[in-house]
Amino acid sequence: MTTTIPIGLTVDGRHHDLDVDPRTTLLDALRERLGNTSPKKGCDHGQCGACTVLVDGRRVLSCLTLAVAKDAAEVTTADGLAPDGALHPVAEAFLAHDAYQCGFCTPGQVCSAVGVLDEAAHGAPSAVTDDLTGPTVLDRAEIAERMSGNLCRCAAYTNIVSAVAEVAGDAARRGSTVEGADR
Amino acid sequence: MTVLDARVMGTSVRRVEGPDKVTGTARYAADQPVDAPLHLHPVQATVARGRITGLDTGAARAVPGVVGILTPDDAPRLADLGDPELRVLQHHEIHHRGQYVAAVLAETPEVAREAAGLVVVTVAEEPQVTAFDEHSPARHPAATLANYAPPTSGIVDPDAALDAAAVTVRATYTTPVQHHSPMEPHATVAAWDGDHVVLYESSQGVAGARDTVAALFGLGEDDVEVASPHVGGGFGAKGSLHAGTVLTVLAARTVPGRAVKRALSRREMFETVGHRPATVQHLALGATADGRLEAITHDVVASTARIEEFGEPTATGTRAMYAAPHRRTSHDLVPLDVDPPTYMRAPGEAPGSFGLECAMDELAVALGLDPIELRVRNEPEVHPESGVPFSTRNLVACLRRGAERFGWSARPPQPRASLVDGWWHGTGVAAATFPAIRFPGSTAVIRFRHGRYEVEIGATDIGQGARTVLTQIAADALGVPTDRIEVAIGDTALPRGTVAGGSSGTASWGSTISEAADRFRDKWGDDPEEGAEADAATPDNPWAGELSMAAYGAQFAEVAVHADTGEIRVPRLLGVYAAGRILNPTLARSQFLGGMVWGLSMALHERSVVDPRFGHVVNHDLAGYHIAAHADVREMTAEWIDEDDPYVNPMGSKGIGEIGIVGTAAAIANAAYHATGVRRRELPLM
Ligand code: FES
Ligand code: FES
Repeated sequence: MTTTIPIGLTVDGRHHDLDVDPRTTLLDALRERLGNTSPKKGCDHGQCGACTVLVDGRRVLSCLTLAVAKDAAEVTTADGLAPDGALHPVAEAFLAHDAYQCGFCTPGQVCSAVGVLDEAAHGAPSAVTDDLTGPTVLDRAEIAERMSGNLCRCAAYTNIVSAVAEVAGDAARRGSTVEGADR
Repeated sequence: MTVLDARVMGTSVRRVEGPDKVTGTARYAADQPVDAPLHLHPVQATVARGRITGLDTGAARAVPGVVGILTPDDAPRLADLGDPELRVLQHHEIHHRGQYVAAVLAETPEVAREAAGLVVVTVAEEPQVTAFDEHSPARHPAATLANYAPPTSGIVDPDAALDAAAVTVRATYTTPVQHHSPMEPHATVAAWDGDHVVLYESSQGVAGARDTVAALFGLGEDDVEVASPHVGGGFGAKGSLHAGTVLTVLAARTVPGRAVKRALSRREMFETVGHRPATVQHLALGATADGRLEAITHDVVASTARIEEFGEPTATGTRAMYAAPHRRTSHDLVPLDVDPPTYMRAPGEAPGSFGLECAMDELAVALGLDPIELRVRNEPEVHPESGVPFSTRNLVACLRRGAERFGWSARPPQPRASLVDGWWHGTGVAAATFPAIRFPGSTAVIRFRHGRYEVEIGATDIGQGARTVLTQIAADALGVPTDRIEVAIGDTALPRGTVAGGSSGTASWGSTISEAADRFRDKWGDDPEEGAEADAATPDNPWAGELSMAAYGAQFAEVAVHADTGEIRVPRLLGVYAAGRILNPTLARSQFLGGMVWGLSMALHERSVVDPRFGHVVNHDLAGYHIAAHADVREMTAEWIDEDDPYVNPMGSKGIGEIGIVGTAAAIANAAYHATGVRRRELPLM
C-alpha cells in the first residue's frame, strides 16, 4: 500500500488520530475514514460547495483540501454546529423557510451560511459591497453573492437567502456588527 | 369520484425529514455505513465509436491494494434485455465516448483511481457522428415518443391555411443538449450474498431498479433488495437504471460478501446517465388580422442515440395549447454516437414551450397585439386536437392574475423603450402547461399499530416532499392528525410504488393511499384493533380519456440586458399556476420556484458543448456547465389560483414538479426581445 501519514483531527468536538494516504482529501477522510457523512460530495472539484465544512472557524471546501495539510485542525460539519439534539439557528431558519428540497446541498449551504455571517461580522466585503469603509450590511444581494459558491440544483435559493437574512437580522438585533437584512 | 375533505391537506406541514437534512445526517446512498467496502473506479472509452482490440491490465494489477479488475473478457455475464445501455462489459463494441470498458476494484478510492489510470486500452476507431445536424442523411421520423403520444398529429390543411392567413410567422428555434446535474451524483452500494443482492441506490424508483437488476442477473424479485431512503435530486436522470449502477453491481458480484461502494464522478454525470437531446423547432403560426389563429405547425428535429432511440416529445404540448382549425406537429430524429438521451424535467414541454411561446410573442408583435390578449383570443373551449373537454383549464385566469401582480398594464408596447444606467429593460410573458398524470401500478398497505397508522408504499422522495405530502394525504384519508401517521417509502421491502417522475408521484401514490384508507375504514371503522390492516392498488381514473387533464400557468419575466456587453440578468420572475388543489403551500412554492429557476438557468446558461471530433461534452463539470447560482436569482414569486378539480384524483391535485420550467425560458427570451428589439431564437440566450 501507499505510504500513509499520521494526522490528528478534531471533528465536531471529537478528536481522532488516523493514518492517511497523502492523496486523501479532507472530505474523503471525513466520509470514508471517520464515517462522518454530513459533508457531501457533489463534484470533488471545488465547484459546487456541497462539501463545505468549517476548518478552524472558516468555511472550506473539504474536497479541495488534503487531509494531511490539516493536521491538528478543528473541523466542524453541519452535524456539529450545535450540541447533540439541538439545532444551530441557521439550521432552524432553513427549516422555517423550507430552504432545501432534496437536502443534498444543504449541509454545505448551512456551513457556508455560518461562515458568511462570521465573515460579515468581521467586516469582510464581497464583490457587491458598495461601501468598503462602513459595517457590512447583509442584505439579500450580499447574501446571494456570498453564497454563490454553494450550488443548489433543486434551486432553493430564494428560501436559502431568506433563511440567512433572518439569522443576519437576528444577529443585528442582538447588537452584533451584522446589520439588518431588510435595508 | 369523491374528493377528500381537506383538513391537513392545504396546510404547510414542514418536511418530516427536515432536521436530518439540515444537519447532514439524512443518509443518501453513498452515506450508508457498510463494513470495509471496496471502491470501484471505471476505465472509460476515449473514442465515440470503435472496437476494443486489447486491454492491458498488468500494471494496474500490480498496484498494492487492487482487489480485482473487470473487463469485457471476464466480467460476469448479464441477460440481454434489449437495452444496449445496460450491456455493461458484455462486448467489445464502443458506442459512445465515456462508455465503461473496464473497472478496478480496490481497498481505497485512491488506489482504485490510480490503478484505473494504468489500464491500457487499445481501440480500433470507427467513423462516428456526434455533431447534431438537422440535415443529416440519417434523419428519420420518430417511431415513438417518450411520452407514448403519437409522433405526428395533423388536422385539415395547415400549409394552405398558413399561406392564406392574413399574418403568418415562420421561425426556427433551437435548444441545446442539457444535463440534469442533480447535486448528488448517482451512487450505488451493492453487496452480494450468494444469489441475493442488496443495494443502496440513488434512484427515483426502487421497484424499477429492482426489476432491472433482477432481470439482468437472472434473479427472482425477492433476491434483489433496493433502498433509496434519501435521494439528492434526480430530475429524470435517476428514473431508470444506467450503466454506472450495472457496473457497480457487476463488480460486487465478483466479491461476494463484500460491499462495493461507488458514486459517479461529476464528469461521468455528463457521459453515462442521459441528457436532454438537442432540438431544432420549425414553427409556423397563421392568424387573422384580429389575432385568431388559423394554423399552427410545429415540426421538430431532435437528436437521439444510435444505440437506442429516444423521441423527445417536443411538440406534444403544442397540441393542447391554442385553438386553430388547421394544425400539425411532427418529430424527426437524428441518431448520434452518444449515450442515450432520457427524460429531463418537463421532457418535451421544456424545449417545446420555448419554440411555441416565442413564436406566439413574435405573432403578437406582427399583429400589433398585446401578447396576453393574443393568448386569450386563442383559448380553446375543448382540447384542440382530441376535442374532449378539459377537466379544468384556468390559463386565462393565470394570465390575468399574473398581469395584475406583475404590473403588465404599465408595459410599453414597443421594444427598446427603457435604458437605465446602461441596461436595457424589458418584460415578457409565456404560457405553460403540463399534463396531470397518474401512473397505475402502486400498492399501499395501511396497518394500525401502537395507536398509529403505518402507511407503506415504495414511493421515493427526491426532494419534492413525498414523505411529507403523503403523510398529509393519509391523515385526511384516515381522518386523523398527522402525528398518528407513519409513512414508510423508498424501499423494495415495501409494496411496489411507481417512479417519481412525470409530476405523477403525488397523484399516483396519493390515490393509492386514499383507496387503501377507504378500504381500511370500511373494514375496521375509525377505531381499529391492533394489527388491523388493509391494502389497495392504484385505482383507475374513470375520467381518463373522457377529459383532458393538465395544469396550466403563466410565466412573467423582467430582463435587463447590458447595452455594451449583452449580459442578461433577470431581476424579476413571477409564475402563476392553476394546478388543482395545492396540498402543501410551502412545499409547492419551493417546487414552483425550483422549476422557474431551471427555466432561468435554461435561458441563460445551460448548454452541453459536444466536441464533434471526439464526441465528448467539453464542459463536463460544474465550472463549465453552468447552472443557476444564488447570484442569478433575484426577485422570484410563485403563486396559484384556487382550482377545484373533482376529476383528477381524490386529492383534487395536479402535478407541480415540472410546470415551473415550462415557458419560463420563453418568457425570458421574450423579455430580452422587448428590452432590446433583438430576437434570439436559440438557447441559451448568451
Ligand atoms: S464536492 Fe467539494 S465543491 Fe463540490
Ligand atoms: S436542496 Fe437539492 S440540491 Fe439543494
